[in-house]
Amino acid sequence: MKLRRFFLLLPPYLWLLALFLVPFLIVLKISLSDIALAIPPYTPTLDIGAGWDSFRTFLSGLDFENFVFLTQDDLYWKAYLSSLRIAFIATALTLLVGYPIAYGMAQSAAEWRPTLMMLVILPFWTSFLIRVYSWMGILSTEGFLNQLLLWIGVIDAPLTILNTNVAVYIGIVYTYLPFMILPIYATLEKLDESLLEAAEDLGCSRITAFWLITIPLSRSGIIAGCFLVFIPTIGEFVIPSLLGGSQTLMIGKVLWEEFFNNRDWPVASAVAVILLLILIVPILLFQRNQQKQQEAEQ
Amino acid sequence: MAQTEFAPWNDPEAKPLIQFKNVTKRFGAFTAIDDLTQDIYAQEFFALLGPSGCGKTTMMRMLAGFENPTEGQILLSGQNMAEVPPNKRAVNMMFQSYALFPHLSVWDNIAFGLRRARMPKPEIDARVDEMLRLTRLEKFAKRKPHQISGGQRQRVALARSLAKAPKLLLLDEPLGALDAKLRQDTQFELMDIQEKTGTTFVIVTHDQEEAMTVASRVAVMDEGRIVQVATPAEIYEAPNTVYVADFIGDVNIIEGAATPSGDGYDIAWAEGQAPFHAKTQTKLSNGQRCYLAIRPEKIGIATEKPEGADNTVQGKIIDIAYLGNLSTYHVELPGGKMIKAQTANTRRLSRRALTWEDDVWLSWTNTGSVVLDR
Repeated sequence: MKLRRFFLLLPPYLWLLALFLVPFLIVLKISLSDIALAIPPYTPTLDIGAGWDSFRTFLSGLDFENFVFLTQDDLYWKAYLSSLRIAFIATALTLLVGYPIAYGMAQSAAEWRPTLMMLVILPFWTSFLIRVYSWMGILSTEGFLNQLLLWIGVIDAPLTILNTNVAVYIGIVYTYLPFMILPIYATLEKLDESLLEAAEDLGCSRITAFWLITIPLSRSGIIAGCFLVFIPTIGEFVIPSLLGGSQTLMIGKVLWEEFFNNRDWPVASAVAVILLLILIVPILLFQRNQQKQQEAEQ
Repeated sequence: MAQTEFAPWNDPEAKPLIQFKNVTKRFGAFTAIDDLTQDIYAQEFFALLGPSGCGKTTMMRMLAGFENPTEGQILLSGQNMAEVPPNKRAVNMMFQSYALFPHLSVWDNIAFGLRRARMPKPEIDARVDEMLRLTRLEKFAKRKPHQISGGQRQRVALARSLAKAPKLLLLDEPLGALDAKLRQDTQFELMDIQEKTGTTFVIVTHDQEEAMTVASRVAVMDEGRIVQVATPAEIYEAPNTVYVADFIGDVNIIEGAATPSGDGYDIAWAEGQAPFHAKTQTKLSNGQRCYLAIRPEKIGIATEKPEGADNTVQGKIIDIAYLGNLSTYHVELPGGKMIKAQTANTRRLSRRALTWEDDVWLSWTNTGSVVLDR
């Protein structure tokens, strides 16, 4: 029996080892190395065939210089903070847009729900990159949105939306909306209608029943949705680089520049390691929420 | 100690608490309640009994305010309830699923309605504690609904619906989710609480035994109409239709043609067999089709023809259902008609004389059967 269990659990652990732990250790190692004009562009490199002495020289070549460097240039901590702030605001906006949609879906007639669900997932069928590009067409100064607003007469001169943080928020809300809607919808759909009737029976108006029953009972869905948006948004690169402007400071963009423009792999790796450490906190909170939800359902 | 009988429905002076006046409720083309008129009095324990789909739940939901009548009026203490939303009615409901708020503790569930009524905090505390005592839940006040048993949840639901001291408490299949033993205990508990609080209870159930146990009056419903309203004893002993007789308890129905004779009728039920005689108030014309309803326990069963019995008929035992305290004999009459006769097993099994294939005599008195015209 124990052997059977072992073999059953082996594939996922091997998967994690090969595709998460090993790459992470490589990145960690590079972050402790020094930049060099070579291929690969850092020293020291490990030569396994050369024996114990060369391994010792290899270890002595590793240091925390790059991490110290991150604290010296204020670009980095500003980028981290700005990423957190943008992710936080974008998550709040996504919740604000996503909750009513999820609520509407859960309230709709049962035969409509699969269709609505389909419509929420539909955007995933096209490339993410193409969808973000098309937002450039919508938001640019000569774009569809400005033309529409000018035509209606709401504005006299075109608005500058593209290459600002507003465009970044629009892009994030648009891209991550399904991740917010689906978990919230899942909790709302399970909500027992008779609970709301009971609340009304005990003296609640419809609105108070919503605040006292519906919102608390969809809490786990709200939390799950928020984390599913917040976690990937912090490291987001495509949206800020395509829709954002020069003042949009996000750590994903910084990482890209270190890696491709400066070819400084060690500093880029250090940025990535710190990003991962920052993300561990929300990921752990997310896991705890999922676990609590599972326990409550049992 | 003798008590005066509680029967406000027989008192022409008594004012009903609830009045259904020609209430009709339609859902699209489906008529759930069909021109229904009924009074329910204060402090009654009124049971709506019927198969699923008979409209009993719709009646209850109209009382709670979740549905409005399509036609007619429902009055509560003389006031028309049509425009009053559920949260403004002095009516509380105990839901079939209990509908306890899973994110709130037992205490907060019970306090929920009181808080919405903006009752001062010390009064809420006192009232919740009183409800916990009444339902014997003191120990579980801090638990969440998923941390207590089904029976305890049922009591929380009851406490929560009683907390606001409603004029009328509606119970929708309240004991449906409990197992048989717990259900019996809870039935008596319900009656006890109803008596203590003096609240009017309307209970919906499809379990006739439950309705008979708890209710002061039972309304048997069928297809959106009330077929008969009476005390449990009356409903059992004097059903007004075959439907009611059949729905409540076990019954033998013998179809026949009536001929007036003495203070009742002779009912010819099969060719070449002596007719059965029954005393009755029912008026039938000569030769009219009618039904004789006889409860199995009213039928005597013996190996010898009993002397001086009003009605006797010979048959053969086909089947015996042994229920422990009772035995039900399925006896085939000449012509193939099956009759159930029931006896109390006052003797041990080995000493009983009757067994399969035995020829036996069935007998009952002239007043033991009920004559029904439909």
